[in-house]
Amino acid sequence: MPRVLRALIGRTETALAAAIVVTAIVFSVTSPYFLTMPNLIDLVEAYSVTTILAAGVFVVLVSGGIDISFTATASAAQYLAAYLMVKQGVPAVPALAISALLGIALGSINALLTYHLRVVSIIVTIATASIYYALLIYFTNAEEIYNLPDWWSNGVSFFRYETANGDIVKITLPIVVMAVVVALTQYLMSRTRIGRQVYAVGGNPEAASRVGIDILRVQLFAYGYLGFLAAIAGFVQAGRVHQAVPTAMKGGELDVLAVAILGGASLVGGIGSVWGVLLGVLFLAMLQNGLNLLGVSSYFFGVVIGLAILVSISMTGYVDKHARGRRVKRAG
Amino acid sequence: MTVAASAPEARTDSFLALSGIGKRFGGTVALDAIDWSVEPGEVHCLVGENGSGKSTLIKILAGVHAPDPGGTITIDGVAHQKLTPHQAKALGIQVIFQDLSLFPNLTVLENIAIDHELGSALKAPPRRAMRETAVAALGRLDAHLPLDAPVGNLSVAQRQIVAICRGLAANARLLFMDEPTASLTRHEVDLLLATVRRLKAQGVAIVFVSHRLEEVVEIAERVTVLRDGRKVGTYPASEIDDHRLAELMTGRRIEHAVRARRFEARQPVLELRKAGRAGEFEDVSLSLHAGEIVGVTGLLGAGRTELALALFGMTPLERGEILLNGTPVRLRSNRDAVAHGIAYVSEDRLSLGLNLRQSIADNISITVLDQLSDRAGLVSPGDRSGMAQGWVGRLDIRTASVDAATQTLSGGNQQRVVLAKWLATRPKVLILDSPTVGVDIRNKQGIYDVVRQLAERGVAILLISDEVPEVYFNADRILHMRDGRIVGEVVPGEVSEHDLAQAIYA
Repeated sequence: MPRVLRALIGRTETALAAAIVVTAIVFSVTSPYFLTMPNLIDLVEAYSVTTILAAGVFVVLVSGGIDISFTATASAAQYLAAYLMVKQGVPAVPALAISALLGIALGSINALLTYHLRVVSIIVTIATASIYYALLIYFTNAEEIYNLPDWWSNGVSFFRYETANGDIVKITLPIVVMAVVVALTQYLMSRTRIGRQVYAVGGNPEAASRVGIDILRVQLFAYGYLGFLAAIAGFVQAGRVHQAVPTAMKGGELDVLAVAILGGASLVGGIGSVWGVLLGVLFLAMLQNGLNLLGVSSYFFGVVIGLAILVSISMTGYVDKHARGRRVKRAG
Repeated sequence: MTVAASAPEARTDSFLALSGIGKRFGGTVALDAIDWSVEPGEVHCLVGENGSGKSTLIKILAGVHAPDPGGTITIDGVAHQKLTPHQAKALGIQVIFQDLSLFPNLTVLENIAIDHELGSALKAPPRRAMRETAVAALGRLDAHLPLDAPVGNLSVAQRQIVAICRGLAANARLLFMDEPTASLTRHEVDLLLATVRRLKAQGVAIVFVSHRLEEVVEIAERVTVLRDGRKVGTYPASEIDDHRLAELMTGRRIEHAVRARRFEARQPVLELRKAGRAGEFEDVSLSLHAGEIVGVTGLLGAGRTELALALFGMTPLERGEILLNGTPVRLRSNRDAVAHGIAYVSEDRLSLGLNLRQSIADNISITVLDQLSDRAGLVSPGDRSGMAQGWVGRLDIRTASVDAATQTLSGGNQQRVVLAKWLATRPKVLILDSPTVGVDIRNKQGIYDVVRQLAERGVAILLISDEVPEVYFNADRILHMRDGRIVGEVVPGEVSEHDLAQAIYA
C-alpha cells in the first residue's frame, strides 16, 4: 500500500528500524554469535528494566513534561516491596500492590507540584528526585535487603528449550513483564481517550484546556503511570540482581531518557510512539552488545550513546526545518 | 467626543441579545453596560483596540468570565445572568481564537472530532462516529482535507478550515473568529469569505473580532465598535471605512498625510546591487539615503525578512553586493553590521523593546555597553549615568533621575527613551521589521513619531511591514516585494493607497 509507505517515510521510527537492520547485518557478519537466539534473548532480558522505564517516560514526554525522579521512585517501591516481604513477612501480592501504589503516589506528587506550582517539570522532578532518594536512604540507612523470595530472585521461566549446541534459552519473568508493559502502554496511548488526551495536551496545552480537557487529570495519569511502571521496573531490577539496594538504580535516568528520545519521543511533547521507544532500546542494546562481542571497551559505550542521540536529534531538527521550509516564520 | 450611534436595536428574534452587560476586574472597568445583539445568520464585525473590552466580551459569552450582576444575556429568547463554558457550548457559541487552538500533532479527524475523545478515561474513542462527524463538518464547508494528515502539515488557511469544522461539529450557531485574516493571503481570504457565506446560508451567525477593519467587512452587515470598555455604536457596514473606523476606535481624528520626500541626487548611505540568496530573494537592488524612510512591503513570505537579515549580516549574500557610502563591504555577521552602523529591530510587541522595569539609564545604555566598558569589560556607573544624562538633556526627557524605572515615565517620554537608545548607537541605517504588529492605533502613532524623528536626525530607515497604510503614510518610497523580488517601486501620493493594496494582494 503506497499510502502506508508514504506515511512511514520521514518518520524517526522508520529511520531507526533501518539503522537497526544495518547494525544487525554488520554485527552478524563480524560476530557469528550475534544473531543467535540465546544472545538475542539475553539482550532482551538485560534491557527489560530500561524498556519498562522508557515506556513510562515516553508517556510523560508525550504529555509535554519530563521526569528525572523515576529511578528514585523505582528504588523506593523496590525497597518497600522487599522490606514488606522479607522483614515483615507480608505475602507477595499485597506487598507488591502496596509498593506499586507508592510508585503511583510519588509520580502523582510530581504531577500535582508541576500543575499547581506552574514550574517546568524538569525542575520539579530534579527536586523530588533529590527528596525521594534522601528520604529512602535516611529511612533505610542505605542497607541492602538480600534473601529475596526464591520466585523473585531466581525468576520464573515460562518457556525453555535447548538449542542444538546445548545453550539454554529461557523466556523469563522480566521478558514477560516487559512485553505486557509495552502492550499495555501502546493500548492506553492509542486506544483510550485518556491516551489521546495525553497527546492533545502535549501538542497544545492551551487548546486542550479550551476544548475542556482536564489538564491536571492528564498529568496525574502520565506521571502516575510512570510512577507505576517505575515500581514495576524496580521489582524486575531487584529480581535480576537478587537484592534490593537503595542506590542501585541511581544515575540510570539518562540512559532511559536517551532511548525514549532516540525512539522519536519529542522533548516538546505530543510526538512519539511506544514502537519507537522499543526500537530505541533495541538499537542501543544491539550497539552495546555488538561492540562488546567485538571486544570494544565498555567505557567507549557512553560515546556511542551520546553520538546516537546527537545524530537522532539533529536528523529530527533537519527534517523539521526542511519540512516547514519557507512557511510562516512568525506567529503574528 | 461623542459619536451618534445609529444602532439598529435588538429585534426579538435575535439569536443573541445582551443588555447591560458589565465586568469589573478589581477597580478597573473592563466592560461597561454593553447592549448588543447578533441575528441568526448575520455576519457582524466587532472592532476595538487592545483593551477596548473585545476579549472580555468574548470570554463572557464563552463562559470563561461571569459578568457583573445586573445584565442579561438572552440566547434564543431565554435570559441568562451568566454562562458556564459548558452552557455556552451547548447553546452553540463557539470561539475560534487567533491561534486557532488546534493540535498540530493530531490528525485532521481527531482535531475536528476532539469532543469524542473527552470524558471517561479508559473508554475507546468511537472511531466511526468521529469519522462521520469530521466528514459531515467538512461536507458543510464543501472542503476537502486529508482526514488522517497531522494538522501541523497543513497551511494556515487549511488549519482555519479545521478550526471552523471543529466549531461546526459542536453545533455552532454563533461563531466568533478572532483576527481570522491576520496571516492569510488575499486568495485565502477570498476562500474564507466563501466559507463564511456558506455558513451564513446555513443560519450560522459569524462575528469577526479585530483591531482593524479587514477585508471581511465586504460581507459584514453591521460593525460594532468598542472603546475603553464601552460600546461606541453599531453601524451598517456600508457606512464605515478605515479612516472613520480609526476615529471611532480612538475617539480622535488621525492625521493622514503622505511624506514622499525626494533624495535621489545624493550619495546613498546604503546600496544593494543585484543581491540574491537561493530560495529567499533574487536580483534585489535598492538604495537608502540619510534621513530617508524606505518602506518594504509584500505578503508574508515575499522575502522581506530574509532581505533584512542579509542586510544585517545574519545570512551572507550569495550574489550581488552591499555598498555603504559608495564602498563595497562584506557583512560576515551582525557584529560586522553593527560596526558599520547598521541596526536591526525585529518585530516587537511593546514600543520597540523597552524594559519598563529597568531604569532609564539601563535602557539607554543597553545598546552601547561595549563602548562604555573599560579594558577589563567593566562599566563604570558614573560613565553610564553621564551618558544617559546627556541624552535625557538633549531629548528633554522629563524625569527626576536617570535611575528611575522607565515605567514611571509618561508614554511620550518613554518614546524618547527609545529614541535615545537607538541614537546612542549612532546608527546610519536602521532596519525596522514590522514595528507595530499587535500595537494599538494610539501607540502605533507614537512609534511612527519615533521613526520620523530618527529620520529627521539623519538615520536612513528601512521600514518593513505588511500593513499597507503603515508604509504608505510613513515612507518616502515604497518597494513592493513578491516571491523574493522587488516587483515595483511606488511613491506615496502618486499611486493611491487603494491601488497599492490591490497590487500587493492581487
